[in-house]
Amino acid sequence: MITAEQKPLSEIIEYISPYDRILLVGCNECVTVCAAGGRKEVGLLASALTLHFLKQGRTIDIKEITLERQCDPEYVEELVSEIDRADAILSMACGCGVQTIAERYKEKPVFPAVNTKFMGASESQGIWVERCRGCGDCLLGITGGICPVARCSKQLLNGPCGGTSNGKCEIDPDVECAWCLIWERLKALGMEKRYEEIMEAKDFRPAGGGGPRKIIREDLSL
Amino acid sequence: MENFEPEIVAFCCHYCAYTAADMAGSKRISYPPNVKIIRVPCTGKVDAIHIMKALEKGADGVYVAGCLEGDCHFKNGNTRAGYRVEHVQKYLEELGWETERVAMMNMSAGMGEFFARTALEFTQKIKQLGPSPIKRINIDKSQKAVG
Repeated sequence: MITAEQKPLSEIIEYISPYDRILLVGCNECVTVCAAGGRKEVGLLASALTLHFLKQGRTIDIKEITLERQCDPEYVEELVSEIDRADAILSMACGCGVQTIAERYKEKPVFPAVNTKFMGASESQGIWVERCRGCGDCLLGITGGICPVARCSKQLLNGPCGGTSNGKCEIDPDVECAWCLIWERLKALGMEKRYEEIMEAKDFRPAGGGGPRKIIREDLSL
Repeated sequence: MENFEPEIVAFCCHYCAYTAADMAGSKRISYPPNVKIIRVPCTGKVDAIHIMKALEKGADGVYVAGCLEGDCHFKNGNTRAGYRVEHVQKYLEELGWETERVAMMNMSAGMGEFFARTALEFTQKIKQLGPSPIKRINIDKSQKAVG
């Protein structure tokens, strides 16, 4: 999933202060799972903003709405009936959601309420860790299911480097050395030979090095 | 502000604090009428939004009273409630509100006297802090209007 964290309230307040009617839009997908911008967080942020403005003696109208998916024009269309009653939109979705709204409702200012962080997996309740960089050319099949692009601090393709120590990375003793994990995993699978094969320099064009990426599926297009 | 009587909302767990409040009553131990109790099946049911809404609707203080550490009827609802209270306190800090307006308390069903004492202490603390910032604004407005 795409992970996100709420922005500091001071930044959000600065964005919306000039407006009286705010449409606060959450998303039912990734940001709900990582508890950053789902219906619950929308309610909490609306309440916090109301407290702030009431303290200033100002009442602002905050309309809460949580869409099924903010990165999908089909669901963003649902805001049509609300948009005229809002001076500005505050989105709690990832950057994709914010941009989908901005593209559809060009006449209204759209502000993000969260910082989009990374593509991650849930390690345990309340902890999310980066697991994928979306490099566009997946190596997991040859690295024992552990990604060196996302999990090695240097993105080494033939690791580990000299900074590994007792299975930990030199940048932080809490960060595991991806290449130690890869080696242990390959060994457990009896695939040590694969480790000895030198990987050539990776083509980072599919990773975004060739400009913004796009997927076109003609079989699905209408 | 001398006559200020705060409105306090207490989310009380059915298995401990609510029963403790009941026991305080049975023992004829009085506690401030400012404290309005909301019974919950477990403090784990209390979410940050409930505390925020109470403040938004004019409560001067809110506290969550759950079981003693390790004694939760549902394993760890009281610990979760503690985290949520901390979460709200962080929010309040960011908003420039006094974080003491929100608190977590732990007690057992037999601690009727403790319930009454903490209710009194919390009420006194809120009295010292004064009305919630929202009410303060309304008071200032009405005073200006009279003046």
